[in-house]
Amino acid sequence: MTDADQVVVIGGGHNGLVCAAYLAKAGRTVTLLEAADTVGGAAVTREFAPGFKVSACAHVLNLLDAEIRSELALDANGLEFARVSLQTIALADDGNHLSISGAAVSGDGVSEADQSALVEYRRRMERFAQLLSRLHKRPPPRPGVNNSGNLVDLARLGLDLRRLGKTDMREFLRIAGINIYDVLEENFEHPLLKGALSLDGVLGAHLGPRSNNSVLNALYRISGRVSGGQGSLAIPRGGMGAVTSALGVAAERNGVSIRTSSRVKCIQLDGDRVRGVELDNGEQIAAAAIVSNADPKATFFGLLGARHLEAEFVRRIDNIRMRGNAAKLHLALDSLPEFTGLANDQVGERLVIAPDMAYVERAFDHSKYGRYSTEPVFEITIPSIHDDSLASSGQHVLSAVVQYAPYALKEGWDSARQAFLSQIIEVLARYAPNLRQHIVASELLTPVDIEREFGITGGHWHHGEYALDQALMLRPVPGAAQYTTPINGLFLCGAGCHPGGGVMGNAGRNAAAVVLGQGRAA
Amino acid sequence: IYRALDLAKHGLQIVPYGGSATMARNGDFLGSYIDPEVQRREIARHSVRDADANLRFDTDVMRQCRILRPFLMRTPPDPTSFKPRDLLELLHVGKEFWKLSEDVIYETIRFYTMSIADYLDEYFESELVKAHYAGPGIIGTALGVQSPGTAYVLLHHAMGEVDGSMGAWGFARGGMGAIADAMAGAFQKYGGEIKTDAGVNQIVVKGGKVTGVALENGDEYRADTIVSNLDPKRTFLKLMDEKDLKPSFVKQVRNFKIRGSSGKLNIALDGLPEFPALGKGNPLMYGDMHFMDSIERLELAYDDWKNGTWSHDPYVDMLIPTLTDPTMAPPGKHYMSVFVQYAPPYINGRDWTNEDRDAFGRDVIDQIANYSPNFKSLILDAEVRTPREIEDEIGLTEGNIFQGELTLDQLFFNRPIPGYAQFRGPLRGLYMCGSATHPGGGVMAAPGANAARELLRDLRRANTVPEAWSDD
Repeated sequence: MTDADQVVVIGGGHNGLVCAAYLAKAGRTVTLLEAADTVGGAAVTREFAPGFKVSACAHVLNLLDAEIRSELALDANGLEFARVSLQTIALADDGNHLSISGAAVSGDGVSEADQSALVEYRRRMERFAQLLSRLHKRPPPRPGVNNSGNLVDLARLGLDLRRLGKTDMREFLRIAGINIYDVLEENFEHPLLKGALSLDGVLGAHLGPRSNNSVLNALYRISGRVSGGQGSLAIPRGGMGAVTSALGVAAERNGVSIRTSSRVKCIQLDGDRVRGVELDNGEQIAAAAIVSNADPKATFFGLLGARHLEAEFVRRIDNIRMRGNAAKLHLALDSLPEFTGLANDQVGERLVIAPDMAYVERAFDHSKYGRYSTEPVFEITIPSIHDDSLASSGQHVLSAVVQYAPYALKEGWDSARQAFLSQIIEVLARYAPNLRQHIVASELLTPVDIEREFGITGGHWHHGEYALDQALMLRPVPGAAQYTTPINGLFLCGAGCHPGGGVMGNAGRNAAAVVLGQGRAA
Repeated sequence: IYRALDLAKHGLQIVPYGGSATMARNGDFLGSYIDPEVQRREIARHSVRDADANLRFDTDVMRQCRILRPFLMRTPPDPTSFKPRDLLELLHVGKEFWKLSEDVIYETIRFYTMSIADYLDEYFESELVKAHYAGPGIIGTALGVQSPGTAYVLLHHAMGEVDGSMGAWGFARGGMGAIADAMAGAFQKYGGEIKTDAGVNQIVVKGGKVTGVALENGDEYRADTIVSNLDPKRTFLKLMDEKDLKPSFVKQVRNFKIRGSSGKLNIALDGLPEFPALGKGNPLMYGDMHFMDSIERLELAYDDWKNGTWSHDPYVDMLIPTLTDPTMAPPGKHYMSVFVQYAPPYINGRDWTNEDRDAFGRDVIDQIANYSPNFKSLILDAEVRTPREIEDEIGLTEGNIFQGELTLDQLFFNRPIPGYAQFRGPLRGLYMCGSATHPGGGVMAAPGANAARELLRDLRRANTVPEAWSDD
């Protein structure tokens, strides 16, 4: 086999690694090029202060595909969990809190009506999420195109819908396109419960609870089955980097040649098909097929160049909505902070600051006008409670998603970063009064930092908003939604494609199937 | 409907009007003209790129209208049903969809799901141009320009026609009442009988079917068939006894979103106000006038609604119908119709007071006066209608002009309620024909015609309702 037969995968995020591993497993020669000095992309663990390590971007595992996990033997390749089935603890600033564990909720002031409504809500949402997860395992269908595989896919989708039964199917068709605010208002009373549940619909997205598409995002979030029940949350031992390092081992064991510190400068063409890539250092690598794990804008504008593409396609890529709206906070702590009203063993759960839906909506309102939230919402974990490899004994790291922090901040992040950080700490201190005195070091990654560090355009974790107009066969854009692109031999495999973001791996696996389906010519 | 009921013969005259203007704070404006070349030059004054984009925009919106319109006068299928009729209709929808080209299918899905702000961003760069086109995306709805789903609301406003001219707008000569008068005339000619001052108090149910109605004045009428033009909340929660309905159905009706979001001012003027931005005698004054210049201002207006108050910098859709139809005011005087977005159904959770109403009216008048220095001095009288007045006078719950939000959960086979989208109510003999049913609000009358078709079907009578308009 010559070099000219090989597949080059650009980018060693989880989807790039999954794609490379499956391609190599099927017998292709695969080289994976990663710009950073370690694989992992935005799913990495890194030291942000001396002696303190944290999952640098994604910090809770909820979507990793079970088939990928077993087919690539990730457990044998080093994946372990420090904690599975995290509870969600919804904090109120008066010291009250609720514990939510799947369909069960307990705490002050939770009515029986709310408790039974949550059981029914979870039952339905989990059924709908399973419907989504079945779609995640295949490339999206192409409406308007009459080939048999396509029609079978659509028929199967129709059948899956029908199998929900009359009542659930109607409910699915009613709520799938709308906002979580209305759905939660219909079902629940307790403001704290509604606030915490609404957060699931807006995390990582440019959406408030009242924005349509937030139900879809909530369904997406629970479409995985990592450990325990549908939609449960887990923390990998060694942080999120442990997942990608297990993927890296799996890829190498299947024969992938991984080259780190190898930034691709551009994709080279020969007429209308790919010839290879050129690295930053000038080295040229020939390839019969190139699979890009980079986001669509970085791939087409950064690596390929718009001049090789038709104008309408360029316009579509340009219009992808992918401006990040979430910041990531890391705190190095010299001891465990106390959260008002929480027992020590509760502090290790997933703590949520979203006291009511109006609070979340107000936080979102700021971002509409290019401002950060003065009263932000939080998803907090202290993974060092479950995993002593992240900090020395007695010390801890706090990792939090903080919203909203718009990429295009009007005043610019360079001048605002410090002020936002102070504001964040001040809000946190209302819930954990002694937090401030334990902070040894801190780091705040705004979308601009995420863009710079991880190479994701707009700093959007999901490589693009997940919404009805940017999902399935519309993701990332019509004409490139089946992992193929207008350039022969160039494929996409990142979160910008179907099914979307999160450490899931299905985009990589589906892309590998498409590349393999095209035979050696690809 | 206009032709089938021969409304012209019954006195309805529709005078098309063209043009509209959006005035900006900086004294500039953007006009809409019927002549494409004039339109192109006008937009090019603000952005040459947008002038080209406008051609694409117009084509794309009109294409969506053409796709949608044949479905307005068809009964939506129930996607969960296995009845041959539903399966065939579902197949028909699928086939119509499938035969569009792949690209158009994608554009259609996007149009139905995007926010008007994002949709316009794909075409235009000028804030004024975007503000001008964004208005129809929010009129009558409790959503902001940045809320996904508002692109469809724009379509809902664009798909109308005035006697065959798609996308056109017109005045009914003598005001909107002329439409109802003509329809009443047609109804009576076919033998119908109208009783006014006959408010219905209760729909009487016996043995799982409707048997008649009881009026507020104590009269009773017996009937096997009752068709309600009221919104579902009024029909099922006010006129009916909860005991007669399934609890799950009652819950669905309670959850039906019919949210007040608009107000209205009717202003009598001593003369024609001047708008310095447009200059004297500008024909754009015959059309809709707006005062907005950015997406951000429109979104801020929505934030006020979310926060339980009316917009202090409101979006205004203003017309001076007397320029076109002088019969509506004494000679020399004018009537101004001002539609206002947003006004919430409740103020911070409590009912509107008269003081709130007056303050709301002042905010709207100030907004207009910002662009017309002599406006305030010409006001003879102003009638201010908040959602409270609209509900009290017209009987629309929360004063929602569309009898229910036009969001995906309340459109097509979900309108008004999943499982009840075929104009039949939950009891035998009970039907719905209001804007809360498919295809929704606006003075379109399609829901009424659709309901009549279903009713005739149940009565095994010949269908007299025109089906599926043809556009060509």
